Amino acid sequence: MKNIGILLALALALALAAAFAALAVAAQEQRITSSWTVATVSGQGQPRGYVEYQKYCSACHGEGVGRPGTLALQAKYKGAEPALLEKRTDLTPELVKTFVRNGVSIMPFFRKTEISDTDLDAIAAYLTRNNKR
Amino acid sequence: MRLPPGVSGKDFSEALRQFEETVGKEWVFSSDEDVNLYRDSYSPFWHEEEEPVSSAAVAPDGVEQVQKILQIANAYKIPLWTISTGKNLAYGGSAPLLSGSVVLDLKRMDRILEVNEANAYALVEPGVSYFDLYRYIQDKGLRLWIDPPDPGWGSLIGNSLERGGGRTPMRDHFAAHCGMEVVLANGEIMRTGMGALPGSKTWQQYRYGFGPYVDGMFSQSNFGVVTKMGFWLLPEPEAYRDGTVMVQKHDDLVPFVEILSYLMNSEIVQGTMLLESPLLDYRASQGGGVLDMPGGPSIAEMERLGKDKNLAYWSATLHFYGPAKVVDAQWEYTREKFSSIPGAAFQKGRSYRFPLKLGEGEDAPRVALGIPNLSIFGMLQSTQGHMDFSPIIPMTGEAVFESLKVFGQAYADLGVPAKNQFFALPWSFFPRSFVLLFGFPLDHDVEKNRKTREVFKHLVQVAAEHGWGEYRTHTAFMGAVSDVYSYNTHALRRFHETLKDALDPNGILSPGKSGIWPGRMRQASA
Repeated sequence: MKNIGILLALALALALAAAFAALAVAAQEQRITSSWTVATVSGQGQPRGYVEYQKYCSACHGEGVGRPGTLALQAKYKGAEPALLEKRTDLTPELVKTFVRNGVSIMPFFRKTEISDTDLDAIAAYLTRNNKR
Repeated sequence: MRLPPGVSGKDFSEALRQFEETVGKEWVFSSDEDVNLYRDSYSPFWHEEEEPVSSAAVAPDGVEQVQKILQIANAYKIPLWTISTGKNLAYGGSAPLLSGSVVLDLKRMDRILEVNEANAYALVEPGVSYFDLYRYIQDKGLRLWIDPPDPGWGSLIGNSLERGGGRTPMRDHFAAHCGMEVVLANGEIMRTGMGALPGSKTWQQYRYGFGPYVDGMFSQSNFGVVTKMGFWLLPEPEAYRDGTVMVQKHDDLVPFVEILSYLMNSEIVQGTMLLESPLLDYRASQGGGVLDMPGGPSIAEMERLGKDKNLAYWSATLHFYGPAKVVDAQWEYTREKFSSIPGAAFQKGRSYRFPLKLGEGEDAPRVALGIPNLSIFGMLQSTQGHMDFSPIIPMTGEAVFESLKVFGQAYADLGVPAKNQFFALPWSFFPRSFVLLFGFPLDHDVEKNRKTREVFKHLVQVAAEHGWGEYRTHTAFMGAVSDVYSYNTHALRRFHETLKDALDPNGILSPGKSGIWPGRMRQASA
């Protein structure tokens, strides 16, 4: 857990440094209220679907404390697969779409007014970017 | 294709065509695949014929489209069911109560119309979630807090109209609202409170306007479609701290709750607390129930066990918000008051200053700090969702004892074993009272779900017999719950029906919501 905390803090520090560089913020303290609920995320330099994934999925499936999707997958796979969906290398677009539109266990299904087909395509692209097949 | 009850195939096709003309083909959903997305993910009727499902859904992007949709619905007598973000899980989700209704999905109406930092309020549309408003406030660097419910993905409007609650001092969501805009069944737009004065400068600052205060009529009801709502927000406090108070004896609960009540009503202790029992939790972990079962251990036996295992009988973590000096003084004063109970013990909790720094508060009670998240789902025991039984009981130790006994007996009568006795000790989600939240787990198992529904219905009756009513309920039980609010031959429901007949003569708005049926459907449901 400690390592994840350090990695997360580091990753966020880097991301924020990049974001604020453009605003040329001076020496004053930066307002960051939480490291776990996403404020508006920049897609700059990120793969397709990254922004949509952060917006619609990361609250449950992201990294860090209190992510019930990640916790559930940890309990399910016990390390056989990465609990973090973003790290999976075996997902297919069909699988991603099936879970989003059908739900599983306590994950509900999502309507098109919540996650449009276009957004879902992007999320699927993001989650399958590491699938070499 | 499923049809709304009482509507011919020809009329329905024509209505759908007109809906498509209004919102665009893309935003009318009538295929099986699309309509399935409007089921209740946590339905207690999964796999059963009885599961209410919609016939279609239509998603407008603004008030003008809402007006047109209502006009069409009136013309063809199409029952609608309005949802905001559609995340009312455990209470019916995005599914209608009346099977065949067309869901009016307001998620696309997601504009944040105003956030005023100096006067600490916001004006939003129904599709705005707690996450959305939080992100907006963070992006703009405003020193304001929202008050999210445990799951942050719901709608401010939807949740407050259901009279849901959160954890900060602004926890009573309906009470925190100020001003509404409503589209009535006849398509007219009405603004309440100060909004009824054109060009009003205080719509989100003074609640009541002039004359009868009608806002409550649109909560948990089907008298109109709310399209805008104002909310008072908490200015970001300087500090937060919490601390835990523990008492050792069973009967200590009485003075404990008396003192708690005094402190809460004086706004010294703020926000939502949960009454806990380390001792009863221990008993539950050993296979015994939490409830007072006939033939269970005596108080003396339990107290001996508590002494043995060094477990307090009752405890609560209390929250304080405000300037650092003030919250420190409030905690000191709280300790002083509770020290009048012999054996009372205290544990200093967490403290934070705001704004938090990066990485700080990873393990903080985020909802209590106004930070929306979904971590609550990591704490649920169920496999396929749950539904909540939520009676209100008085804020007294005696009422807690009575509830433990009454529900213990109820489960015994139903033959429910200890491990399946879903119960919760009280929360203070709302001022001046306690609420019990029993989360009944659901499965995709027809027999199990049927049994759970029977238990639920029985508990509704048992609670009513003891003067306890639910503050909110699942669409499956709205009739049963509204039935117990029967004072003077159901005078309140008859009043609702009078209003319903006047405001929605064609019965197009959310039939059956809170037990209120339009005239033309009333005989059929009796």
